[in-house]
Amino acid sequence: MTTTQTPVRTQPPAGLRAPGRVHRTSWPLTILLALATLTVFVPLYVTLSMAFKTSAQSADGNAFSLPAPLNPASFAEAWTLTRFPVSFGISVGVAALAVVLTLLLSSLAAYAIARNWSRRFFRWSMIYLLVALFLPFPVVALPQIQLTALTGLDNPLGVGILHAMFQLSFSVLLYTAYLRSIPIELEESARIDGASTWQIFWRIILPLLGPMNATVGIFAFLASWNDFMMPSLIMADPTLQTLPVVQNIFQSQFGTDYNVAFASYLMAMAPTIVVYLFAQRWVISGVTQGAVKH
Amino acid sequence: MTHRTSATTLYRRKSYRRGSYRRERRVDRVYYLFLVPTLLVFTAFVVIPALIGIFYSLTDYVGFGEWSFLGLSNYAALFSDPRILEAYGFTLGFAVVTVVVAQVIALALAVALTRRIRFATTLRTVFVIPMVVSGIVVAYVFNFLFSNSLPAIATAVGFGPLEESILGNPDLAWLSIVIVSAWQTIPGALLVYTAGLTSIPTDLYEASALDGASPWRQFRSVTVPLIAGFILINTILGVKGYLGVYDVIVGLTGGGPGTATSSVAMTIFGGFTGGDYAYQMANATVFLVVTALISVAQIIATRGRAVRL
Repeated sequence: MTTTQTPVRTQPPAGLRAPGRVHRTSWPLTILLALATLTVFVPLYVTLSMAFKTSAQSADGNAFSLPAPLNPASFAEAWTLTRFPVSFGISVGVAALAVVLTLLLSSLAAYAIARNWSRRFFRWSMIYLLVALFLPFPVVALPQIQLTALTGLDNPLGVGILHAMFQLSFSVLLYTAYLRSIPIELEESARIDGASTWQIFWRIILPLLGPMNATVGIFAFLASWNDFMMPSLIMADPTLQTLPVVQNIFQSQFGTDYNVAFASYLMAMAPTIVVYLFAQRWVISGVTQGAVKH
Repeated sequence: MTHRTSATTLYRRKSYRRGSYRRERRVDRVYYLFLVPTLLVFTAFVVIPALIGIFYSLTDYVGFGEWSFLGLSNYAALFSDPRILEAYGFTLGFAVVTVVVAQVIALALAVALTRRIRFATTLRTVFVIPMVVSGIVVAYVFNFLFSNSLPAIATAVGFGPLEESILGNPDLAWLSIVIVSAWQTIPGALLVYTAGLTSIPTDLYEASALDGASPWRQFRSVTVPLIAGFILINTILGVKGYLGVYDVIVGLTGGGPGTATSSVAMTIFGGFTGGDYAYQMANATVFLVVTALISVAQIIATRGRAVRL
């Protein structure tokens, strides 16, 4: 796999310092962990190999055999059946909307809250926003289905907004924790130089929030991109469904063409896996940041 | 919103007493512009739907048309409905089992990954992959493995209990949901634990080793108390997520066989097609209370523990 940081021979990789007193490489443990990666690799391998089989071979019951002959035609069929370009595009749009809304609304709100913590209105607003941490989507699902239909938001636009709404509590929490660690002197001096609160936010605070923007953005993106529940319930027009939801066509009509189904699953999984492998340091430090900050 | 009234003067003084560095200054109006839009959309898209739902739970509304007040009779019916009670039993049991399984594995992996091993970064990269893939798609893949590959392997080695698909077995189907949910949620917990473990100063281990503590004793007396906060976060977020389980079940069993793996979320969604809208809203309200109570109970319970350790 792509590891951008190759550890120097005798040193442990940065960020993974051994807290024990073992000073030499523990090979048994390394081998044990390598074996444990099979739990990740086996489902991925099966998906990959099934996707390249012929219909006949995919139905023979042996999931672990290599494809023989190699049959890339399943991808073309999956591409048209799921209308891949459309559903992929809609997924991108929904996730982009969710990420932008989450970043914008929660960073602004968190900044206002963090800098006015002594005022009751801002403190109570925080508690109000945190309510959703304990509010699972199923609780509001039925009214939500009706309201989005009434307001014409039973489409990708509405799903993107809802994804952002259910990401808000967590994101505001992360941002306020992070903002507390930014020294207020920076802002005070800018203020003395005549900068308005508005300018201070965009020119000073937003750039300083960089690492937390990445964290919030990654969480918002993954939650939105991989979600099945909300789009499947909210979206009225099945031709506008997102990539994870359209995979359900293989559960009924095309039950026996496993190769086509798996080609489609692979196309649905591959984009995030590939992006993750290239940006893994960034993704991992982003997620870890979120864990440490609250 | 707040003008110069006696009230604002009052809590300005209070904030002064608190030792806040925010001196005698009026709140910049722009801060309200930053916060209020978020409060409004949040109210419109989250709070109002929740309130509407709670309101309809007190009626006989079927999703459209006329309705009249029923009071609490939906709630009374709920507590004697075997289908609902079974869903709660399944969901709670599933959440408890999965959170234990996922946390134990995640913590074990995190401890192993922070030891002196080779390829630590590469191994971690691999273990985190499940975090970025869609739950429903993963469930479809595992559905195939459970219904085709596992029985084939069991037949080949002659292991009777698994020769039939576990997805079709009312007593075992829940296991498949635990496995896939854990598979999917271990990476997030693993990263949280890795962050926690790397924050522990090395000299604590050195000192306890000098005192003759075994690795297991070190784990119990040094590691666990120092990462108690991380265990708390993981458990609360985990349980909340598992209680709302839906995607994975849709992909694996569809709630079956029969209603053996039907979660609370699935019964609630049934209200939209089943004509028992108001009834399922009562269910949703109870679900909200249960979720909130469990989260609060966990915070109280674990905090007490962290103090004692």
